[in-house]
Amino acid sequence: MPAVSKGDGMRGLAVFISDIRNCKSKEAEIKRINKELANIRSKFKGDKALDGYSKKKYVCKLLFIFLLGHDIDFGHMEAVNLLSSNKYTEKQIGYLFISVLVNSNSDLIRLINNAIKNDLGSRNPTFMNLALHCIANVGSREMAEAFASEIPRILVAGDTMDSVKQSAALCLLRLNRTSPDLVPMGEWTARVVHLLNDQHLGVVTAATSLITTLAQKSPDDFKTAISLAVTRLSRIVTSACIDLQDYTYYFVAAPWLSVKLLRLLQCYPPPEDAALRSRLTECLETILNKAQEPPKSKKVQHSNAKNAVLFEAISLIIHHDSEPTLLVRACNQLGQFLQHRETNLRYLALESMCTLASSEFSHEAVKTHMETVINALKTERDVSVRQRAVDLLYAMCDRSNSKQIVAEMLSYLETADYSIREEIVLKVAILAEKYAVDYTWYVDTILNLIRIAGDYVSEEVWYRVIQIVINRDDVQGYAAKTVFEALQAPACHENLVKVGGYILGEFGNLIAGDSRSSPLVQFNLLHSKFHLCSVPTRALLLSAYIKFINLFPEVKGTIQDVLRSDSQLRNADVELQQRAVEYLRLSCIASTDILATVLEEMPPFPERESSILAKLKKKKGSMNVPDIDDSKKNMNGNGNVEHNNNNEPNEVTTKVYVRITAKQNCFEPGFKHCQSRGLAHIFSKIVPGFTYVKLKC
Amino acid sequence: MRFLLLFSRQGKLRLQKWYTPLTEREKKKIIRDMTTMVLARQPRSCNFLHWKDLKIIYKRYASLYFCLGVESQENELLALEVIHRYVELLDKYFGNVCELDIIFNFEKAYFILDEFLMGGEVQETSKQTINRCIENSDMLQETMEEYMSKPAF
Repeated sequence: MPAVSKGDGMRGLAVFISDIRNCKSKEAEIKRINKELANIRSKFKGDKALDGYSKKKYVCKLLFIFLLGHDIDFGHMEAVNLLSSNKYTEKQIGYLFISVLVNSNSDLIRLINNAIKNDLGSRNPTFMNLALHCIANVGSREMAEAFASEIPRILVAGDTMDSVKQSAALCLLRLNRTSPDLVPMGEWTARVVHLLNDQHLGVVTAATSLITTLAQKSPDDFKTAISLAVTRLSRIVTSACIDLQDYTYYFVAAPWLSVKLLRLLQCYPPPEDAALRSRLTECLETILNKAQEPPKSKKVQHSNAKNAVLFEAISLIIHHDSEPTLLVRACNQLGQFLQHRETNLRYLALESMCTLASSEFSHEAVKTHMETVINALKTERDVSVRQRAVDLLYAMCDRSNSKQIVAEMLSYLETADYSIREEIVLKVAILAEKYAVDYTWYVDTILNLIRIAGDYVSEEVWYRVIQIVINRDDVQGYAAKTVFEALQAPACHENLVKVGGYILGEFGNLIAGDSRSSPLVQFNLLHSKFHLCSVPTRALLLSAYIKFINLFPEVKGTIQDVLRSDSQLRNADVELQQRAVEYLRLSCIASTDILATVLEEMPPFPERESSILAKLKKKKGSMNVPDIDDSKKNMNGNGNVEHNNNNEPNEVTTKVYVRITAKQNCFEPGFKHCQSRGLAHIFSKIVPGFTYVKLKC
Repeated sequence: MRFLLLFSRQGKLRLQKWYTPLTEREKKKIIRDMTTMVLARQPRSCNFLHWKDLKIIYKRYASLYFCLGVESQENELLALEVIHRYVELLDKYFGNVCELDIIFNFEKAYFILDEFLMGGEVQETSKQTINRCIENSDMLQETMEEYMSKPAF
């Protein structure tokens, strides 16, 4: 026998639910449901009108079936009928049904709106609440149109009961979210703000929620709320437990209201009025002080509620970013939480500190906790906590600790969860570039990234390292040497082959003097990886080969043999075949001078904003990525920075200088066209006049 | 708050409340994602997760997982207490609430939730007031006999 429900229990419903639970298989369940649906359908269509109790029961059964996951395509009419019943429980079920199974049939909508209108005007608070609830639950445009002007009136009317005021406030909030243009706030603003003074704390809570949302859209209209909020907050914070009676939650005074008031204050900068500002500061100090007091109860609910208020207060302090003492105190408090027994608190402390790190007043204070955070990274069992630790390390990184932090992040990367690797890679790349004093460190870091997490190193990252190497003369030799050594590893990631191929193609000559990295050795090294690589990498390698022909005439023959082989000239992939054919031809017909001009070393890339940062922001969505301080160091040391306003990725390109006839115009700019014409054709016409053509490498 | 879900340890959904308009397909996807994510969590991890641009707060009470999806500016600890407060309300109403109570009296679970939360915001935080409201709606108190005499279909 199922548990007997209190009040107006529907026995038929309980039996039906029992039956469903006793079904041994999915098929049996569907069979039972279909049987019931047929039963209900016949009852609804039947000759004799159903009594309220039965209608309620069947509508409830339909709701149950729907919530199990099956589609329901009838019953709306009966549910709407229930709305006009005078019995509370029947109305309730009717409203529940239509809130859950929203229907866009316009006739039904008209009937529903009618029923709601009646209930709103009934002056019966319970019915009014049901109606307001339904509007808030459904929040459709039609309802907004019908009721948006009525509800503010109910909200501020003197004779409205408190419970109805609360419902009206939140209903208005919901409508404002879904159809903001239909909610006319103008004339009601002052009266709504006045609700903050209400005696009933429930009303104040609801009003605060409403004002917070409205203030985000039009802050000036609700400026008057600030002083009321501060007053209210300080009254709560300094009150004794017994004052607030039922609004005390496990010995914490009105936590929900406190948090909401603090959130409202976060919509505004610190108050201009000095007295108000000092009152607010006092308030915040009291909250911080309370955190140090011994707890009044051992229950976790008490500490959660108390700390909820504390964290929100810290959020406000960070938002204002104006009182150094408060900021430092907040930082210390969070520092204590970093080592708390409770995982939740450690998690939240790490998260809060991230925002603190970007404030200039507290950045130094945050850095003092670096060891703790690094420790957390290594020892925390919960991956979400480790993630927050990574975020915090990223936020607190600056010139003084960049090397250490990057090293820690790299060692974490070796064992990190696959789902978060890409993000860590992006972060390390950004930090390495930003704080590199010595660019050999930067090159090492990126190569390490590729070695540890090659699959997650996106294009933006390895494009960037190549751009930087090309732009900085001082690191080119080092890059060539390091990449050469890295490629010796028996199993290296394809991204490393890409980077290595490009760098050796450009700067292999810088290490060619040493017999261990002679041109032939370099070529053989690259070519040994050739067959393991995907098509785009092979295409890149072919470009590297033609550059080798230019740099090292002694290996020209060897390379030409490779290009000449069937696997290249008759390669199934169009791009590879074309490159092989054209490069081979080029190597045959072009004189050394022309070849040298065509395959001249890449000029420096123009300064652009790093696309890596953009990619990281996109990845994180709306979660705040602390914007690291932007004193950008230029790539090649001069002062001009161009901004990449369009969204083209900073492609690494091989610039091929092409001379064209001014008169004959045998060629148009645009690399697609160039490819289709074939390079060899163009080189048969040599005249003064240059144009750049970009070929994707 | 965007949504509230209750599901058992086997992943069976017992209650679903949505505070933003979503298509049925989107709802089903969210339910799937939530149940997979939350059920995969280790026992002593923290109660918070990130999912897309939302924060997920979850807590297990006996055999049920309570799972909230909130926006990123919401206060996590307070959301945990929202869950706790709801459980307290259910407990007071049903007397030592268990999963079966919620299964067989799902409509009451929704009604109680609606007294407490509205439009995704906490409506009333006074326990007494809410309980009074709910009891008012239970105007009929019937004996076991009266219940048994009702039709069983």
